Amino acid sequence: MSDDVWILGISMTKFGKHPDLDIVDLAARAARAALDDAGVGMDDIGVLAAGNLMGGGRLGQHLQKQIGQTGIPVYNVTNACATGATALRTAVMAIKAGECDIGMAVGAEKLSGAGLLGAGGGAKSDATVFEPTGRFGAVTTLDGRVGTETMPGVFAQIGMEYAHRYGDATFELFARISEKNHAHSTLNPLAAYTKRMSLESIMNDVMIAYPNTRPMCSANCDGGAAAVVVSGERLRRMDPEQRRRAVKISASILTSDPWTDGCQVLPDINTLTRNAAEQAYRAAGVTPSDLDLVELHDCFATAELVHYDNLMLCAPGEAVSFFESGATWRDGRTPVNVSGGLQSKGHPIAATGIANIWEVCHHLRGEAADRQIEGATVGLAHVIGLGSACGVHILERAA
Amino acid sequence: MTQQVPLVDYLVLGDRPHLVAHECVQCGARYFDRRNACARCFSADFRNVEVPGEGEVTAFTIVAFAAPGVRVPFVPAVVDCKGTAVRANLINVPADPEHVRLGMPVRLATYVVGTDDSGTEAIGFGFEPVGV
Repeated sequence: MSDDVWILGISMTKFGKHPDLDIVDLAARAARAALDDAGVGMDDIGVLAAGNLMGGGRLGQHLQKQIGQTGIPVYNVTNACATGATALRTAVMAIKAGECDIGMAVGAEKLSGAGLLGAGGGAKSDATVFEPTGRFGAVTTLDGRVGTETMPGVFAQIGMEYAHRYGDATFELFARISEKNHAHSTLNPLAAYTKRMSLESIMNDVMIAYPNTRPMCSANCDGGAAAVVVSGERLRRMDPEQRRRAVKISASILTSDPWTDGCQVLPDINTLTRNAAEQAYRAAGVTPSDLDLVELHDCFATAELVHYDNLMLCAPGEAVSFFESGATWRDGRTPVNVSGGLQSKGHPIAATGIANIWEVCHHLRGEAADRQIEGATVGLAHVIGLGSACGVHILERAA
Repeated sequence: MTQQVPLVDYLVLGDRPHLVAHECVQCGARYFDRRNACARCFSADFRNVEVPGEGEVTAFTIVAFAAPGVRVPFVPAVVDCKGTAVRANLINVPADPEHVRLGMPVRLATYVVGTDDSGTEAIGFGFEPVGV
């Protein structure tokens, strides 16, 4: 049985617009802050996993040149919106494999002004001569003709599919989920948006893909996050203060889509999330009712609803009544996205899967100031990258 | 007569336009794109099967904001065609939540997507409400 792995230090930059910082700057700020938080230096780090999705590649080596080149193995990681969680898990696996006893994971992204993700960059133009190409034998572009490839539309359908199966999920209900997250972020100084939004203003904002209006979509922004992880054996030989603030990674799970009927047509983000959650609860020996807070992947308001069910925070099919009970507000039974979530804290893709763990750690360490969930001892962080990859981490306060 | 080509190779034109799926001979899983092997059972044997042209809307969205060059609004949907899930736009229906409903019965319909430089028409497909 391998030893536990712990978060020794963790950080995130403010999410938002950073016109004067490039991706490497964001990664370097997060990495140096995580090292400071951990009380270690680059010469202690035995493995580096660096996540970035939309940049030019090889972030890890570029980062080393700014913060310390020590010749350690570097893994450059991309896994859609699960990139950050995958980087963290890469460092965790290296420690579990016994290759080193301290590692670092970093995720950074610049997305301010990126616009619509999934639209594929430039303007769609029709072919001048119709020739079948690709695996569908398409004679011209299919986006807009055979459904949509853009993220707001894909995740809107995922929420509507839940509404079809279980009923009662209305436009207003989805907007109220967004209202919650925009209220939560008013207490988070590192969030991209910190202004409360009324239900009315959310519903009357620009419609992107029904039922998701603009504030119900994740906020494209810049940001970085980093974590230093350590083996339990090494941690036991560290200072009492490092041991006190260390957070146990009770589960680190990554899943992909098993074959399900229909996932070839509309991505099935449910099955792999449920699988990851089941594995994580089993590995950690906790149940959903033990969770003091959850940071889940609310890339759209429609996604948050289905993940209440997928993470088994409620009984199957009961996500609507679970939300309506007030359970997921910060004073509820299972606070969800007290950071503001992707809709309000923001979603610099590769940073997201580490920043959500930072949020949970912040509460478990009792350092979350105004937004502290009192007495938090166990939390869960979830991300999903479409295609798909799902990361679930369960974290516990040092005993 | 104008020459016509289907928008995608799984749309069969003619008197009775319909969709065909590649069905795994071993397990029955259906795919619309070309596959090297079945993602469910790993078999590499497929046969083409006709997909029923009528179904029920199980998910939809109304896209109001899209990439440049994509005409909005449009209504992406998943249609359950008697057990086979099909991705398509809903057509011949106003693009608003008063007219598009979950569970709505729909049927396959075709339309002209455009004409290329040689005068060939591309024919696309969508699903329209039954009774239009």
